[in-house]
Amino acid sequence: MNPFRRSPFVIAAAILVYTFLYAPIIGLILYSFNASRANVTFEGFIPSFSERVVMEGSLVKSAPCGPFHWYCDLAKNDDVAEAAGNTLTIAFTATIIATTIGTMAALALQRYNFKMKPFSQLALYIPIVIPEIVMGIGILTLFSQFFGWINETLNLSGDARLSLGMATVTMSHIAFMVPFVTLVVQARLQGFDKSYEEAAMDLGANEWTTFRRVTFPMIVPGIMSGALLAFTLSLDDFVITFFTNGPGSTTLPIYVYGLLRRIITPQVNALSTVWIMIVFTAVLLLQILQSRDSKQHS
Amino acid sequence: MTSEFAVELRDVVKRFITPEGNEMAAVDHVTMQIKNGEFFSMLGSSGCGKTTSLRMVAGFEWPTEGEVYIEGKAMGHTPPFQRKVNTVFQSYALFQHMTVFQNLAFGLEMEGAKEAEIKKRVGRALEMVQLTGMDRRKPKQLSGGQQQRVALARALVKTPDVLLLDEPLGALDLKLRKEMQLELKALQQQLGITFIYVTHDQEEALTMSDRIAVMSKGKIQQLGTPVEVYERPSNKFVADFIGESNFLEGKIKSISGNEASVFVPGLNAEVTGTPISEGLVKGEEVTICIRPEKIHIADREAVQQNMFRASVTNTVYIGVDTKVFVDAHGVKLKVWEQNRISRLDPKSFYTVGQEVWLMLMPENTLVLKKD
Amino acid sequence: MLQRLRENKSAQGTLLALPTTVWLFVLLIIPLILTLIVSFGRRSPDGDVIYTFTFDNYIRLFGYSTDCPEGQAACFDPLYVNILGRSLSLAFNTTVLVISLAYPLAYFIARAHPKKRNLYLFMVLIPLWTNFVIRVYAWMMLLRKEGAINIILGWVMNALNIPFTPLEMLYTPGAVLVGMVYEFLPFMILPIYTSLEKIETSLYEAAADLGANSIKTFLRVTLPLSMPGVVAGTILVFIPVMGTFIVSDILGGRQVILVGNLIQRQFLDARDPTFGSAASLILMIMTLIVTYFYTRKFGFGEEIVVA
Repeated sequence: MNPFRRSPFVIAAAILVYTFLYAPIIGLILYSFNASRANVTFEGFIPSFSERVVMEGSLVKSAPCGPFHWYCDLAKNDDVAEAAGNTLTIAFTATIIATTIGTMAALALQRYNFKMKPFSQLALYIPIVIPEIVMGIGILTLFSQFFGWINETLNLSGDARLSLGMATVTMSHIAFMVPFVTLVVQARLQGFDKSYEEAAMDLGANEWTTFRRVTFPMIVPGIMSGALLAFTLSLDDFVITFFTNGPGSTTLPIYVYGLLRRIITPQVNALSTVWIMIVFTAVLLLQILQSRDSKQHS
Repeated sequence: MTSEFAVELRDVVKRFITPEGNEMAAVDHVTMQIKNGEFFSMLGSSGCGKTTSLRMVAGFEWPTEGEVYIEGKAMGHTPPFQRKVNTVFQSYALFQHMTVFQNLAFGLEMEGAKEAEIKKRVGRALEMVQLTGMDRRKPKQLSGGQQQRVALARALVKTPDVLLLDEPLGALDLKLRKEMQLELKALQQQLGITFIYVTHDQEEALTMSDRIAVMSKGKIQQLGTPVEVYERPSNKFVADFIGESNFLEGKIKSISGNEASVFVPGLNAEVTGTPISEGLVKGEEVTICIRPEKIHIADREAVQQNMFRASVTNTVYIGVDTKVFVDAHGVKLKVWEQNRISRLDPKSFYTVGQEVWLMLMPENTLVLKKD
Repeated sequence: MLQRLRENKSAQGTLLALPTTVWLFVLLIIPLILTLIVSFGRRSPDGDVIYTFTFDNYIRLFGYSTDCPEGQAACFDPLYVNILGRSLSLAFNTTVLVISLAYPLAYFIARAHPKKRNLYLFMVLIPLWTNFVIRVYAWMMLLRKEGAINIILGWVMNALNIPFTPLEMLYTPGAVLVGMVYEFLPFMILPIYTSLEKIETSLYEAAADLGANSIKTFLRVTLPLSMPGVVAGTILVFIPVMGTFIVSDILGGRQVILVGNLIQRQFLDARDPTFGSAASLILMIMTLIVTYFYTRKFGFGEEIVVA
């Protein structure tokens, strides 16, 4: 029996599901070239280039970038640039910290027995089994109560007053990312034969050298995939950011959400398209690197 | 050398907590002295405590009680990287992310050796295990046998006083294993360093070792040369574990020096044998042990001591020997008869139901304390 | 000092786990405890919390009302109970729909040629990596009265000569359901695929050898062995659906109010954190109860890790 044989039903269902997955994205990209500023119906591409934007009602007749008008428009949008900067700053910082402490926790949980272990394990499962909004409003309550108390006690005023911002968003992101990093690294550690470390020590390496020269290089793929997962979780996060951001810490998802409640020009589609392209390219590059890496090793 | 013994375990106990929360002694009051330059084996089935004992010498585990001495120095909680012993792991534990050269150089780098010296010593070690030219390969690109050699070279390049080998040949196929056994033995004699070898393969232990410690349930059952362990097993466990044995239950009728007369109810006869266990007394219940190849079998009676009638129940031809299974008054015995004559003629075999006579030589008939 | 730490394995473990544990304690456990405390409090006129011990918020949540017609002192107001029920049934429907869409695709990928599997998986992941909010927005554009779905339907009906008026799809419960299914579909495909991929070919061969046809093989071998994936996927889908508020916010307009919307509005519009906290705790308890009974019945799949 050929194990790769599939029934026509399964193939049809697969095509259907892929269509379902991609139709919205294709639509989204198409509308980023919409000539209509109102962006309700697709009124065709912007037909021509001109030095200045020429409008006719809500239709763009010609623009300096032609069909790519909304992308040029996007490039000039300082709010988007700031939101993108915030998103990346938060994602990078949170990923570095979460990966570091998450890997340490994974090592602890996989290798050691200690009194606190059941508690640590339980705490790591909480973000997975409770809805994000519960965590979000909990953290919001904590920060607002704590900041309120500090501000009042120390009688802070003006800029000195503690408030929600980049720091609170980053800290909260770390909290929900750590469990995922730990789970991924722990899964990799499960297959890790302890005799590699014993061999290193046997050959004269102390604990730190053993970790640096043997353990770490061997679990690096696990740590990397944990970090990658954490990074994408941070980029994608809406709920936690929604409750913990403050002035000056608007991220891209929050910015887009804000736009959706007002007038939506094709600029949002342009932004979405750029986002999709960046993610797509990044992941493709990673895949190529990874497959090349695994080819070298095999 | 500061001490007569390369390694010494004095009354060592290692207890573990099982996942169920019970305490279990993996090694239970073990004492052994391993001489300098000796090829010493620890033999036993899995869970007998042999690997745990070896790991305590390496420093991966610390004894719960007792002490491990290396070159006469008490090791206490000395970590592995401060002990002058090296290990060849069962799984080889070759660093997958390093080349063969880097694997071998690792231990020397830890000693702070200079680059030129590392190159020289690694080259020599690779030559010793016949892997010259393989230094730039990754472990995964090598065959099982080659990986095994790299693991060996990686430990030997450190010129340890004692080399610990934890079932190093377990993953190899039979033919390669036999070759490596001889090679290892030759290498050990050439280098003159102490080998402590853990195995569950009795043939391997007998082939290679100067002395063997037979272990079971965390205890040493017998410690001796291969000949001693095989010819004079000190108890029923050892007799059963190493080689094959026939066991007869009986009671001592009389005992004097190196001869004991034992009444075996199963045979309804007296059997004369050699007392092995210490302090056997008249009237004591004992176990008689005799190796199948040491029983003489004949198709007619001769007037001799220790001769019993039996009938053949089955014969199995295995090339070197023919295994003859007999029944003597209800006692089942096995006899290995060497095929000195051609067996091409079917008539050369004993037939089932045929009457035969078995003769037990008193010097090969061992009288052991009953467990 | 170093020697002591070297010998004390328990201390090493504690030290390694400490940063994570402290972090999660401060930003997870303490907030949950605070939520509990606040939920027993009362709202001050300017939207602050007065710390007391009252069950008022819970009583209100479960339908007690003083705002009653015809001089009744108290009556049952099903508003919030309905919201809870609606959220539960939506989460349930979403999960069922997601399983029925995800399973065939996961099966398709798992039985594809090994060289093609990665590509197919990659195709599942790409939509997942586009942003959550952007994905909702995409559906908003599709479901609109002037949107692509109505346009295509219009063409089809036109060709068939059937009179067609564009459907009102946006701002309906159906739109929210579609949005939810779309958002969480990949989270079901991945774990099911992982458990299907683990099944060795020899098992199919054994089943065939023992006389099972392909349908029986599927029902008796494939399906039971892929259950861990379905369970893991269910947890990964059900829980977030229970708490999400953007999908209903954007695709449901003001028509479809879920627990998530209720909580969000209490915190940001109505400024009653005490009532919001109570709702949030009830939401958490509901998901924990469902997860608990579900996992107790089917076990907690390891597959949760891969997604």
